[in-house]
Amino acid sequence: MQLPSGYGSHPPNYSAPSGHYSQVPNKAAASHLDNQYRASYYPTYYSAPAQNVMTPPVGTSVLNTQESQQLYNKTPPHTGGSAEGPIQGAISSASYLHTSAQQSYSAFGNHYSTSVSSSVASQGFPLNSDHYTMPVVSSAVYPNVSYSAAAGSVYGQAFTSQSLPAVGQFKETNTFSSQSTSVPHSLQQHVPVGYNTTLSTVSSAQSVQDNLCRNLAGSVAKVNNQINAGGIDSSQPVHPVSQSVLFTKPGAGTAVSSAVISSVRTPAPSLSSQPRSSPSVTQSPELALQEAIDSSSTTSSASPVLNNYDALEGGGYPEARSVTSSPVPAPSVPQTSKASKPFGYGYPTLQPGYQNAAPPTPVQPSNSGHHPGFQHYPQQYPGVNQLSSSLGGLSLQHSQQPESLRPVNLTQDRNILPVSSVPAPVPNLNSDLRKLNCSPDSFRCTLTNIPQTQALLNKAKLPLGLLLHPFRDLTQLPVITSSTIVRCRSCRTYINPFVSFIDQRRWKCNLCYRVNDVPEEFMYNPLTRSYGEPHKRPEVQNSTVEFIASSDYMLRPPQPAVYLFVLDVSHNAVEAGYLTIVCQSLLENLDKLPGDSRTRIGFITFDSTVQFYNLQEGLSQPQMLIVSDIDDIFLPTPDSLLVNLHESKELIKDLLNALPNMFTNTRETHSALGPALQAAFKLMSPTGGRISVFQTQLPSLGAGLLHSREDPNQRSSTKVVQHLGPATDFYKKLALDCSGQQTAVDLFLLSSQYSDLASLACMSKYSAGCIYYYPSFHRSHNPAQAEKLQKDLKRYLTRKIGFEAVMRIRCTKGLSIHTFHGNFFVRSTDLLSLANVNPDAGFAVQMSIEESLTDTSLVCFQTALLYTSSKGERRIRVHTLCLPVVSSLADVYAGADVQAVVCLLANMAVDRSVSSSLSDARDALVNAVVDSLAAYMSTASNLQQSMLIAPNSLKLFPLYILALLKQKAFRTGMSTRLDDRVYAMCQMKSQPLVHLMKMIHPNLYRIDKLIDESTIHVNDRVVPQPPLQKLSAEKLTREGAFLMDCGSIFYIWIGKNCDNNFIKDVLGYPNYASVPQKMTQLPEVDALSSERTRSFISWLRDSRPLSPVLQVIKDENPAKTDFFQHLIEDRTEAAFSYYEFLLNIQQQICK
Amino acid sequence: MLYTIIAFDELKTDYKNPIDQCNTLNPTVEKVKKIKRVKIALKLVLPEYLIHAFFCVMFLCAAEWLTLGLNMPLLAYHIWRYMSRPVMSGPGLYDPTTIMNADILAYCQKEGWCKLAFYLLSFFYYLYGMIYVLVSS
Repeated sequence: MQLPSGYGSHPPNYSAPSGHYSQVPNKAAASHLDNQYRASYYPTYYSAPAQNVMTPPVGTSVLNTQESQQLYNKTPPHTGGSAEGPIQGAISSASYLHTSAQQSYSAFGNHYSTSVSSSVASQGFPLNSDHYTMPVVSSAVYPNVSYSAAAGSVYGQAFTSQSLPAVGQFKETNTFSSQSTSVPHSLQQHVPVGYNTTLSTVSSAQSVQDNLCRNLAGSVAKVNNQINAGGIDSSQPVHPVSQSVLFTKPGAGTAVSSAVISSVRTPAPSLSSQPRSSPSVTQSPELALQEAIDSSSTTSSASPVLNNYDALEGGGYPEARSVTSSPVPAPSVPQTSKASKPFGYGYPTLQPGYQNAAPPTPVQPSNSGHHPGFQHYPQQYPGVNQLSSSLGGLSLQHSQQPESLRPVNLTQDRNILPVSSVPAPVPNLNSDLRKLNCSPDSFRCTLTNIPQTQALLNKAKLPLGLLLHPFRDLTQLPVITSSTIVRCRSCRTYINPFVSFIDQRRWKCNLCYRVNDVPEEFMYNPLTRSYGEPHKRPEVQNSTVEFIASSDYMLRPPQPAVYLFVLDVSHNAVEAGYLTIVCQSLLENLDKLPGDSRTRIGFITFDSTVQFYNLQEGLSQPQMLIVSDIDDIFLPTPDSLLVNLHESKELIKDLLNALPNMFTNTRETHSALGPALQAAFKLMSPTGGRISVFQTQLPSLGAGLLHSREDPNQRSSTKVVQHLGPATDFYKKLALDCSGQQTAVDLFLLSSQYSDLASLACMSKYSAGCIYYYPSFHRSHNPAQAEKLQKDLKRYLTRKIGFEAVMRIRCTKGLSIHTFHGNFFVRSTDLLSLANVNPDAGFAVQMSIEESLTDTSLVCFQTALLYTSSKGERRIRVHTLCLPVVSSLADVYAGADVQAVVCLLANMAVDRSVSSSLSDARDALVNAVVDSLAAYMSTASNLQQSMLIAPNSLKLFPLYILALLKQKAFRTGMSTRLDDRVYAMCQMKSQPLVHLMKMIHPNLYRIDKLIDESTIHVNDRVVPQPPLQKLSAEKLTREGAFLMDCGSIFYIWIGKNCDNNFIKDVLGYPNYASVPQKMTQLPEVDALSSERTRSFISWLRDSRPLSPVLQVIKDENPAKTDFFQHLIEDRTEAAFSYYEFLLNIQQQICK
Repeated sequence: MLYTIIAFDELKTDYKNPIDQCNTLNPTVEKVKKIKRVKIALKLVLPEYLIHAFFCVMFLCAAEWLTLGLNMPLLAYHIWRYMSRPVMSGPGLYDPTTIMNADILAYCQKEGWCKLAFYLLSFFYYLYGMIYVLVSS
């Protein structure tokens, strides 16, 4: 139960804070509590400390794996049923956190780390035992139990339910983990705490404990430090989970362990199961298992949330009251605990951590006194929690901010790159909110401290905007099915963790501040099966949730998934040989195409005519229908061109096998792309779907024909780059028509000469498609590109897809959306129409501040993505991001997210270079650095003007901008083909931040001396972590081998005098001279260095959806220019080195 | 003075334009309808230009040099505006894919209101001219 805590975890924390202030002083409050409550509550709390004690050994062992997991995004199997030992458990829990929880829980991580390392655990233990009736034995039991639980834990809840029966506690069977814990102590009191709370409580309890201990120890400073570090470090969050798991054990009792294991499998009990389980005292394991399986089959972990319809017994409210009585109003965040809610989570109150930071320290002593008293416990915890959160605030104010504001002298500080990847800054919120906030992977803001007014924003000279990756692949996502989706009545905002509950019946929208009623259904929490706790619903506990939408959200019934492939079969295409690869990939992935039994598929080929394929079921072989009237294209037969994938599978396979050879002798060199697209549009318009276009040359016939516009002599011109815009609006209009019919066009351009991508790309840009470009593609001459196509296709065909999507972005009153960037059609000021949405699409949004935000301390952004899944379900994925508002310029700089800023600027620069000119765009980029640094230096008056100073948060800004200027999209003076440039621009607009950053600023590692130091463990593999190197030739030594990670391609550069052992072991060749020119794979050699290198590379690969191509480059290889052009800190004939660039900036600032 | 009557027409066409565009700023209920209306309104830009050009020609014929002089800047602006329109095959001025960009939208709106004011003033001026001519003749 604790595990499920993704949800529950918050409550405890929150309650804790409130309790802390108010309750610690007056113990009376505690007495007020109902007995029921206490009983229920205490057990949970207590158990937590006990666990702490136990945990340390476990925790440490677990640490590595967890960390690695987190970092790498690997998702271990959730199902791991049986207890396989600590590692397994840790992994599963890690995975859990990883997806859904990660963002919100980072705070936990902090606490956790402290507990593990410090003496806290020991302290905590004694405490527990004293108060607790819990037998010491239980603690012994811990390890086992905890592990199994952890393993199962994906969701955690499942365990509890099953475990309970085993224990023999009947009432609580249904209720999840929380109950189980509570059970031992108070059987009769049914604690509604439920699943959410338990988890959360555990973690919170632990954290509290940790903090407490620390405080007692008197090392407040340490806590602060830890908190800071923890917030940033993603790896930490994992730990809390594992701990929480442990927690459960005490409650379950020793006997439970086996039961727990079985329960593990059932992450998401289906709704139907609940009714059953609740009434029946004993649930047979099989039943539970069955349920679990059912539920799990649905979408994923999230479903469990819905299940519990439990007895109302445990009224959340008594507790709440007690809490409320506590003097500390500010800290209470509604979501967290029942108690906290009443307070009103309202905006003003939110920032307690922040503002109240100072008080906590003095309080500590009093806390320590409380330990012994059983009754005091609850109070203590809250108190501690509060303390921790306030400390968090403190640390932010006093240590973190200074850190991000610490002036960095750019011209003198040469090593500004971090050792590993650049972390996203953590918004300066109190720890409770921070835990709930949306993951920076899906939702990032350029300024994590929002300036109060547009004037302040203008002063800062930094762009304000959001970077979105809304449809990212998530392994854990709460999915909510309910008949009413609770939304604000005036602005239609979905209810989210940052709303405030005024009382039990009303909530206040955090975007428009309207007070709304809580619908009756929402009062009931399916997770805890309790009534009257709207603040504990999963919607209010998670900033990323997915709703199953009702028919109100459909314009028409969900359409089947329809895929149409439009293939170029002209001479040029056949010569390049791409057809073989495409057909092969399709054959391999035909069964993996997302869709249901209604999925339909069709093919069109074209050269100077358009060929259709009749694949009607029952035909003995595919029938080709040729339409040569390309000026007035028509469909040769009304149906049977798009056929059901499953019914006509044999025919489709026949066709795919035959296609590559059908046109081998063609002499047709023309390409009638336009007519083929028109035909495709006609074919698709009744249903919508996805058109995949493979094109290999300039379209030369019919509508939409294009002429070569590129002048090769101008490729390296430093002045004007023309033809970045489309030559005709045919493709744009087609895309808009397609978009209107819910059809997206994805373009694969595999050409060896100029094909006017600037015009062709329009077909994807405005229909929310995606663009792939393979310059000088040839199947045998260019194996690297062929391999890339193969890998891209695999991902492309099998990744998730959403149809008929719209995305709306809402933000707090006062902010407004200025411009969108990405592939879509803007339907209105805040609504994007996306015919298809895919998990690799990123979006950027420029914001402006229309009204002053002085009357609010927090702003929220919410994106809602409404789409039809490939299974024909209408779903809404909602992300909510909450950020603080600041009034001083220094705070704005402290919160700047340099990666987001750079990505947004890149998007703006692309627009600028199309609408105005490339040189304008370049100037704008340089000015962005100059202006913002100048503005910063003018605020810090004590700095010497002769130096180039940047705040720590922006120290990488000039470097990234320089990288951007040297990027293919914006560089001048170097020979850049127009299509390459346009493609780079398209990518900037449509890539999510993580990928874009790799494209702009690749990561360079030295790999010939990988050592075990600072390694991490992923799935029992040791992954070395070489430090990041500067992108400069000075770092390359002839004795070394280097790996450059450019996002879509890995280069391995081998120095001339590279160690022969390395070449032999890793590359599999005896010496440097024998390494071939074109090498795209590393052999599997049974040597340590080879193993390390390969595990490092596969680790890098696993972190991204597209598997990058590997290219080994020797010093005299012609391809080395590709490698060296990425060394952006070096000087080239046409561009500054990094140092020169800095001097240039400094000069401009002084002017 | 026939001109004045036609001026009415012209005013109407332009009147619709900015207002409909404003509507798109408050998207609430009938989005589809509004999008259609906006599309129509956007298409009216061209007639507006033509009518204005026609007026200028008429002024030229009537040797109304002062009025013509007042209208010349706007005519020049229209010509410039049309020359620098985004790439498109058909007639038209606005690109549906970029019109929602806040900068462009704000610009178009401002342009609309300015022109509205100009047309209004010139309408009264024409009216005055017509009455003056009627009275004096």
